[in-house]
Amino acid sequence: MKNHVWRPLFAVIGMAAVVLVIRAFYVPKDFGVHERGYMYGWYRAGNIEDWKNVKVKYQGREYCKTCHSDKYESIEKTPHAIIQCENCHGPALGHPENPAKLAIDKSRGLCLRCHSYLPYPTSNRANIRGIDPDRHNAGIECVMCHNPHKPSPEGMK
Amino acid sequence: MINRREFLKNTVKGIACAALPLAAFEIIDPKKLFADKSGKPGVRWVFLIDTYKCVGCGFCVKACKNENEIPYDANVTRTWVERYVVTKDGQVFADSPKGARDGFATPKIDMGLGKYQEIKNEDIKKAYFVPKLCNQCENPPCVQVCPVGATYQAPDGVVLVDRKWCIGCGYCIMACPYGVRFFHPVYKTAEKCNFCYHRITKGMKPACVQACPFGARLIGNIKDPDDPVAKIIMTERVGILKEEYGTKPQVFYLGIDKEVR
Repeated sequence: MKNHVWRPLFAVIGMAAVVLVIRAFYVPKDFGVHERGYMYGWYRAGNIEDWKNVKVKYQGREYCKTCHSDKYESIEKTPHAIIQCENCHGPALGHPENPAKLAIDKSRGLCLRCHSYLPYPTSNRANIRGIDPDRHNAGIECVMCHNPHKPSPEGMK
Repeated sequence: MINRREFLKNTVKGIACAALPLAAFEIIDPKKLFADKSGKPGVRWVFLIDTYKCVGCGFCVKACKNENEIPYDANVTRTWVERYVVTKDGQVFADSPKGARDGFATPKIDMGLGKYQEIKNEDIKKAYFVPKLCNQCENPPCVQVCPVGATYQAPDGVVLVDRKWCIGCGYCIMACPYGVRFFHPVYKTAEKCNFCYHRITKGMKPACVQACPFGARLIGNIKDPDDPVAKIIMTERVGILKEEYGTKPQVFYLGIDKEVR
């Protein structure tokens, strides 16, 4: 066959070879088809480890208890025992090293998440004691009078 | 010369051989069988949401955003809570302001564009809260459409996104029937709930499950018959979202209603 037919063919084969060589170096060894087949399981296996290594921020109340057992035990006797410390005090990651890092939320809005009364008959929300935020001392922080660690009337400041 | 009898005999033999499946010739390794039986039971993470218990406080959303480093003020979130209010004249109102990051503190329904709908207490027939998150489908359409293998199903059923591999085409965001995917504002890659993969693989609960004061959100392993969540899913009446899509979602709901989309 004529030379002008072969030359572009060699060029194409050369380009394909270059692409394959780059691919061999660029695509990691663990990338490929795994358990669930090509449709659902085509991925880089190392990424599973990447996700496992994400830092845990919220440590849970048992972690808080190791230092603050007095607070843990006193709140245990109140209805607020079901609320995690970190829901209001912020995630505990790095807190023992740097106590100032905790961003404590004492805002009115935080209390209203549950205690703004909503009359929803088919939801547990209606069973929580609540107020109308527009009429119950509007604009004043709840913690001015109420103690979230002792929400009963005896705990009022 | 082949006679009629021989021809029929050979035909029957030939059909019988052709009908034998290839698997019949596989030599089974006894070790493999033993491993499948005696090995520790597999893990398939599932989620259970009790809509009767949810009060719409939004602590789950707050914890999720902090735990998974989703910019707090960006209007995207891996999990969110929807409020449904059905009036006596049959109207359905639904809202989820800021994904319920700050909970629901007002009875007014957020209609969008700065409009709020007031509903009189006596007009309410039923009203409830529905937390939403990634369904970690058994047949995830988001994974099927990914052109580069950046999103996939891990062996324990959780669908993950490889941030290094994602090219940001957004096909998966369009493919998800539940709208759980979005672009991460910082990494500019597809983002979604992964049941707090870094926590569940360490034996901890996901951040939203831990933060929920009312036990409305639970996680379990459906392959473990002694798992309390698996027991509820197998013995009680649970619903799933958008069954008709055939995605086999693995987030189960107690007390779900037809209004929930």
